[in-house]
Amino acid sequence: MSAAHFLRRPEWLVVPLIAFLAVFYLIPVILMLARSAGTQTDFAPLLEAVSSDIARTIFWNTLKIAVGTTLATLVLAYPLAFFIATAKPFTASVFLAIVMVPFWTSILIRSYAWMVLLGRQGLINGVLIWLGVIDQPIRLLNTNFAVYIGMIHVLLPFMVLPIFSSLKAIDGRLVAAAENLGANAFATFRHVILPLSMPGIVAGCVLVFVLALGFYVTPALLGGPSDMTISMLIAQEVDLYRWDYAAALAGILLVATLVALFAVSRVVSVDKLLGGVR
Amino acid sequence: MSARPIVLSGRASRWGLGLVALFVSAFLIFPVLIIVPVSFSAGSFLSFPPPGWSLQWYERLFSRADWLNSAWLSIWIACLATVFSTLLGTAGAYGLVRGKFPGQKILIGFILSPLIIPGIIVAIAVYFFYARLQLVGSTLAIAVAHTALAVPFVVVNVSASLYGFDRRLEQAAANLGADAFTAFRLITLPIIKPGIAAGALFAFISSFDELIVALFIAGPTQVTLPLRMWESMRNSIEPTIAAVSVLAVGISVSLFLTASWLQIRAKSTLPVSE
Repeated sequence: MSAAHFLRRPEWLVVPLIAFLAVFYLIPVILMLARSAGTQTDFAPLLEAVSSDIARTIFWNTLKIAVGTTLATLVLAYPLAFFIATAKPFTASVFLAIVMVPFWTSILIRSYAWMVLLGRQGLINGVLIWLGVIDQPIRLLNTNFAVYIGMIHVLLPFMVLPIFSSLKAIDGRLVAAAENLGANAFATFRHVILPLSMPGIVAGCVLVFVLALGFYVTPALLGGPSDMTISMLIAQEVDLYRWDYAAALAGILLVATLVALFAVSRVVSVDKLLGGVR
Repeated sequence: MSARPIVLSGRASRWGLGLVALFVSAFLIFPVLIIVPVSFSAGSFLSFPPPGWSLQWYERLFSRADWLNSAWLSIWIACLATVFSTLLGTAGAYGLVRGKFPGQKILIGFILSPLIIPGIIVAIAVYFFYARLQLVGSTLAIAVAHTALAVPFVVVNVSASLYGFDRRLEQAAANLGADAFTAFRLITLPIIKPGIAAGALFAFISSFDELIVALFIAGPTQVTLPLRMWESMRNSIEPTIAAVSVLAVGISVSLFLTASWLQIRAKSTLPVSE
């Protein structure tokens, strides 16, 4: 078969990629899921994971952090996305670059930066003491607060970008029409802009929520002992050589992720959602 | 695309919005910028503002063979992963965009899914798999695992450049007597090249920064740069990390700016299809 043949039947060009992902991604994940059935196929690891109080507490904790992070990023991202979508081209490109640059800085480095800022001798404690708000440095690092700050910082761009593109796609004549018909700024926003930007809001929320569910590095570095997430628990169980149990926990996390994705796939197409990850 | 952008009527709301946008942007960019002064600190432990300025952390970094070896290992793995993912991803994107077959949407979802599936799931799945095949501790095996995570970036970028281009150019080449391969080489490839390059750069950065998979599948002799940073951060947060970070951010940001520039160029030089 010649190269020209492949160009006439381009379907075949997908085969190497699919084969590669099947061997080094799909099959490993399936084999891992199969582990949660246990050695006797009695689903003992899965039952243990479902009935464990510790696992349940950590799942709730992860869910709580994911929901909190999603809401906080939405509140912070919407005005920024709105500003960029309505700004002049040069201003918009500067602010978009500001959104994108930390996006491409590794999570490790960004966590390190927050360790510097939130530490006992860090800038935030220094400023608070200088302002006279506190006398002694307070504990900011290794707290729940630090985990939220770090995760919001990492996930904010994933909220800004989809909202920005949905706002950018709104025809400005609709907004002008609403105003001409006597709607005030709030009514225009409430009845025209907000509904039209809803696909971006949904996409951003799902993206942030799903990514937050799987967070490992940020909570491990910035959180305290009680801020364990499900990913940290899985890693810990692997280190303790309880592989089947870890696989069962990972299976539950995977199902939670897929359910969240499928729940919204009716509102936003999944490839469009993932296309926002750039 | 909108016929006209939204115009805000009220001046006050414009200013208020600008202020909030400025605050949120500062929150995004400030922590990244703060590492620069920290890396030039003359202090012996982590404090901000630094008590004085020096290059001691950079000197220490460049005199330590372990950090340098980690940097080279990470660059090598990222290069391998970039080559693999660019070849697989470009061919795959071409097939996905130009081919017609059932289940295309599901296939795209599957190919892009490594971007959104929690890293720990991929990490332990690959770890268990490699343990069975006795591949834990192989540099090539790390690059292969990173390829699965990097390939979506190539597929997304190459697909975007393939969607945006006028297929009549290829038909014109065919009418002028070019066979399919010549038309691809002389027409299609030059047009999608910026998309391929942008995808490759994103793939490189994603492998270069990858921690969680490496945490499980790297052997004791394969301490990649993120792994060494991770270990060092868990023990003591000395400013050496700030020096490493400044260099790593410098590399990432310059690659990112190159990739963005390539994306913009790819868009602006595209013959627009109706």
